Amino acid sequence: MQEWMFGQPGSTPYSGTWLQHTLNSSYRVFGGFIIAAVIGVTLGCLIGWFRLVSDLLDPIIQMMRPIPITSWVPFAVIFFGIRDASAFFLIALGAFFPIVVNTAAGVAGTPKLLIRAARMLGIRRYMILPRVVIPSAMPFIFTGLRLGIGLAWVLVIVAEMLAVKSGLGFVMWDSYYFLRMDIIIGAMLSVGVLGFLSDLAIRLIGRWVLRWSHGL
Amino acid sequence: MSRPAVASPMTEYKSPRIVIRGLRKHFTDIARQEEIVAIDGVDLDIGDDEFLTILGPSGCGKTTLLNIVAGFDQATSGVVTLDGEPIRKPGPDRGVVFQEYALFPWLSVEQNIEFGLRERGIPKAQRLERVRKQIASVGLSGFERRYPQELSGGMRQRVALGRVLANDPKILLMDEPFAALDAQTRTIMQQELLFVWSTERRTALFITHNIEEAILLGDRVVVMTARPGHIKEIVRVALPRPRDVTSAEFNQMRRKVAALLEDEVQATFATLQGALAT
Repeated sequence: MQEWMFGQPGSTPYSGTWLQHTLNSSYRVFGGFIIAAVIGVTLGCLIGWFRLVSDLLDPIIQMMRPIPITSWVPFAVIFFGIRDASAFFLIALGAFFPIVVNTAAGVAGTPKLLIRAARMLGIRRYMILPRVVIPSAMPFIFTGLRLGIGLAWVLVIVAEMLAVKSGLGFVMWDSYYFLRMDIIIGAMLSVGVLGFLSDLAIRLIGRWVLRWSHGL
Repeated sequence: MSRPAVASPMTEYKSPRIVIRGLRKHFTDIARQEEIVAIDGVDLDIGDDEFLTILGPSGCGKTTLLNIVAGFDQATSGVVTLDGEPIRKPGPDRGVVFQEYALFPWLSVEQNIEFGLRERGIPKAQRLERVRKQIASVGLSGFERRYPQELSGGMRQRVALGRVLANDPKILLMDEPFAALDAQTRTIMQQELLFVWSTERRTALFITHNIEEAILLGDRVVVMTARPGHIKEIVRVALPRPRDVTSAEFNQMRRKVAALLEDEVQATFATLQGALAT
């Protein structure tokens, strides 16, 4: 495990490749998560705020949500090939659901009294969403993002085991063939630590954004 | 300058700002499948610079009345005008202070007070000037950067008052603003409200179920009946300000208003018991 992580590259097929695989996985998690966050928060706001959008999109989302992400793997490979794009797609799709559902709940739960107060103070109608509803939904949005980033790490492993030929997930699957359990454990620990760190990053951002509410 | 030094207390207000005629409001109680008459024919004028208090038992439609004047609710029939213009929707010319404060928790004290000015597109420099003055006038200096969650109820209500005053509204609408405060804080807030009202001269509509508060603050006290709510009597409070709540005259007023209210409270209670029995 030690030589995999920190050894000289080239002495064995695995040695010294840890950093490269870790960077690959992190890049995919980050990319997929950003896509999921942008689409999830945007759609969540629209679903929570506009009745029509909710009626149109919510049933579709609720129907897609229970379908395991793994069942999308064949489609990802056909459409995007054995490349990063496949991983981005699978990760973004999986992380999208908790983000969109939480955002929509937060937006829909905006206290009516705050909207009244804003209207009474002279706000223009189209400013209610950005100035009142979204700030009010922020605690929910950050909960969704935290769930999303956790799921992104689960899915990057799935994607790399099945649809891409690099990254920590690929290493786990590949080293299993050689019964290198030490490397599998090393990869598992790496995912755990990285997941913890990325969650911590979101929590710190959240604590700053939500400083008015004494943190998450 | 032309204003007489001491206006006769019985003078009718010459220029009503708010005119309410034949106001009715019905609700449909979906659970019970019945029509509820919340307000049943209210005619009322609120004069320029007048402080009008509305007193009534719970469920008499006094909050509904305020919500219609604020533009939050629509009347079933009747008209409400402000300076001759029919009221259709909420606007910054009618500042509302809610019992539950309704501050924006993610904004600091100064950002809350700046909110209306900012949303109405007032230039930044002018905004900051107004906010600074308003913070001082409602006694919030030193708390500019605090968030609502860090403030006591009394302080929060100061922010809510400062927030609407910054907009320079034509009328202040207050829906039991001090009901959630403890007795001491309430007394202080009443005094400060009167001070702000007398220095800035503003028309005010103040809803309460507290007899003493209604008499202490109001030029006139409108006593409402139990549901369906209409005006039982309008009592003019001829006592000079500042009013002493322990004086004999004040007590006399209190007794008079209490007698008017007593039947209505009983009626509300009876209705409630009836509803529970069925």
